[in-house]
Amino acid sequence: MAAPASYPASAEPTAGFAFILKKAVISALVALVLFFLMIGIRTEAGSSGQLIYWTRFGELASIVGAVFVGSIVIELLRRWIGPVGGVELPASVRGGFAVLGRLLAPALLIFALLVPVIFYNQRYLLDLAILVMTYVMLGWGLNIVVGLAGLLDLGYVAFYAVGAYSYALLAQSGLPFPHFIDTYPYVALDFLQLGQWAFWVLLPVSGLLAALWGVILGFPVLRLRGDYLAIVTLAFGEIIRLVILNWQDLTGGPNGISGIPRPTVFGIPLTPGENGFAAMIGVPFSPTHRLVFLFYLILALALITNWVTIRLRRLPIGRAWEAMREDEVACRALGINITTTKLSAFAIGAMFGGFAGAFFATRQGFISPESFSFQESALVLAIVVLGGMGSQLGVALAAIAMIGGFELFRGLDQFRMLVFGGVMVLLMIWRPRGLIGHRAPTVFLQKRTEISASLVKEGHG
Amino acid sequence: MTTPAPILAIDGLTMRFGGILAINELSFTAQRRQITALIGPNGAGKTTVFNCITGFYRPSGGTMTLVHDDGATFRLDRLHDFRICKYAKVARTFQNIRLFPGMTALENLMVAQHNTLMRASGFSLLGLFGAPSFRAAERQAIDLAREWLQRIGLLDRADDAAGNLPYGDQRRLEIARAMCAQPALLCLDEPAAGLNANESAALSDLLLSIRDDIGTSILLIEHDMSVVMEISDHIVVLDHGVKIADGAPRAVRDNPKVVAAYLGADEEDAAAVMEGGA
Ligand SMILES: Nc1ncnc2c1ncn2[C@@H]1O[C@H](COP(=O)(O)OP(=O)(O)OP(=O)(O)O)[C@@H](O)[C@H]1O
Ligand SMILES: [Mg+2]
Repeated sequence: MAAPASYPASAEPTAGFAFILKKAVISALVALVLFFLMIGIRTEAGSSGQLIYWTRFGELASIVGAVFVGSIVIELLRRWIGPVGGVELPASVRGGFAVLGRLLAPALLIFALLVPVIFYNQRYLLDLAILVMTYVMLGWGLNIVVGLAGLLDLGYVAFYAVGAYSYALLAQSGLPFPHFIDTYPYVALDFLQLGQWAFWVLLPVSGLLAALWGVILGFPVLRLRGDYLAIVTLAFGEIIRLVILNWQDLTGGPNGISGIPRPTVFGIPLTPGENGFAAMIGVPFSPTHRLVFLFYLILALALITNWVTIRLRRLPIGRAWEAMREDEVACRALGINITTTKLSAFAIGAMFGGFAGAFFATRQGFISPESFSFQESALVLAIVVLGGMGSQLGVALAAIAMIGGFELFRGLDQFRMLVFGGVMVLLMIWRPRGLIGHRAPTVFLQKRTEISASLVKEGHG
Repeated sequence: MTTPAPILAIDGLTMRFGGILAINELSFTAQRRQITALIGPNGAGKTTVFNCITGFYRPSGGTMTLVHDDGATFRLDRLHDFRICKYAKVARTFQNIRLFPGMTALENLMVAQHNTLMRASGFSLLGLFGAPSFRAAERQAIDLAREWLQRIGLLDRADDAAGNLPYGDQRRLEIARAMCAQPALLCLDEPAAGLNANESAALSDLLLSIRDDIGTSILLIEHDMSVVMEISDHIVVLDHGVKIADGAPRAVRDNPKVVAAYLGADEEDAAAVMEGGA
């Protein structure tokens, strides 16, 4: 009859060396089959179109060997460092960690507020900080969909793109009316007459349009779960990108859109002129002002995302998202409308993606479909997963680690991805549930006790 | 008031899965403020009946009518999915416990009050800015949850993850969660499964108190005959999707058809039927 509901899975060190060896042999076999045609045989079209091929069994053997050894190494590492949590730390150490953990978020916030002060003269670092904050915001937005509602969305970049293009198209240019001026590049034509207020008016509009697309794309996937949901959302992300790429009249196709209005300090432009911000407050103009302003802008947007998410989690809607991730059938039996609950998660997640997109457009002043490839979705998803699904602090840490780490390895050139991938694999072995793997309850009677990750479901994904 | 209509009247309910006829022309009624037990050997179709009542399956035929105390009438065969709990106020538990294991006991009970709280939170807009009316509603919800935690003796474990609770506690928590949805009809699918004798006795008391103190009607699927015979007001026996007996516990226990059905299925169950209630 009914088995007791899930107990924390205990690590089982039962299997010995034979098991490791077996696993390695299987991995090597898979690699052999996979790479036999890809690497083992090299084909090329000859000068007159005939097929030339030669074998590269040496390379094939070395790759299969590497997979074999790598599999053993990874399995041993898994045993050795293993998922933490099985190790009981002494109470004093745990208490120390708890204090550190509680101080970490405020410390990060204060540091973030001071970044433009500390790095005022280092444009590169300021730029990087803006980039990191953009990903923090995207991570927090996607976290609503993946971390809280448990819906594996591989096409999040679609909403980022919708936000960016909404802003770019509405703010600027005769693009919606290409027949007015039929030369490319289209000259900026402020048809909404928003002037310096373009960004501030169109930011919410872009977010709402992205949310609308969240609902539109959400409808067809309501009944899909897990892998199917992931694949369809991935396809949606690609469809949006391809539409942007091919709808030349509207979007400029691969050439993108340039001359997107830059942000203003609530109507005051950040320009060297008479009525610029610098002249207004009586300091000499510096292009760094814009960077500083952009940084605080994205910081504010990200913090709004964070605040809204934290609030929503404690509202019935947020609890319904998490309950849906835990058990959809039980939700239905309790009278929760799964359709609206899912759509609201998609819409709100998409809305924050749209805000981030509008910010991206105003920051760059130029957007093209290249910026919205699947790689972006994968990166944001990796940030959410690495952070620990559902954890706001974890996502922020993961964004810093991923984007910062990516820059750190820049010197390694073509090996960057390799090192990066390796580090990711090690991290996921060490902390399979992400950097911050426990869940904080949304309401409590006596005391707020963290819930261990092994109990928390990951949803259908 | 005139003679109260039965809370639930099922008429000619039929459920077909492809070629399998899981329920065949089943008709019975469940009286208001009574415990109606639905029993039968394994595979008789009991859970399927529940799934039809609670909107998880769309019946192939027949009608199911639910009447609230205030006379509001719902045709459950035309209502679906979450609407059955939300509007017709039918809550259920599952044969395999379906709590939200990663949420605390208290949170489980809060999720059950979703619709009330959702309205109070102005569909999240009022709640987002902490409107006083929402805060009051939330305090009320917490109070109801606390009351139920007290009833099932889990008050001191309110902040523990549901998945961490012992099996018997999980069973009771699932009942409390269903009750927090403030149902008119509570459907329990084998609540005593896996419980020891003490826990079963406590469960019987809990169900009787739900019937007598709260006034909720209960539809109960149960294999544990001591529980069934002790607390049910009325028993419906199902075998191979067909009703074979319907009546007071004593009459059903002595019904030769019932004994035969259980004998055909399982000697131990048959013995249990005979001994139960004695
Ligand atoms: N979704 C389904 N698809 C196909 N057949 C089903 C489905 N659900 C139930 N059945 C069939 O209906 C019959 C009745 O099943 P049901 O689960 O209702 O029995 P039960 O009386 O609850 O049994 P138990 O005491 O073991 O819980 C079984 O033969 C089962 O195989
Ligand atoms: Mg059953």
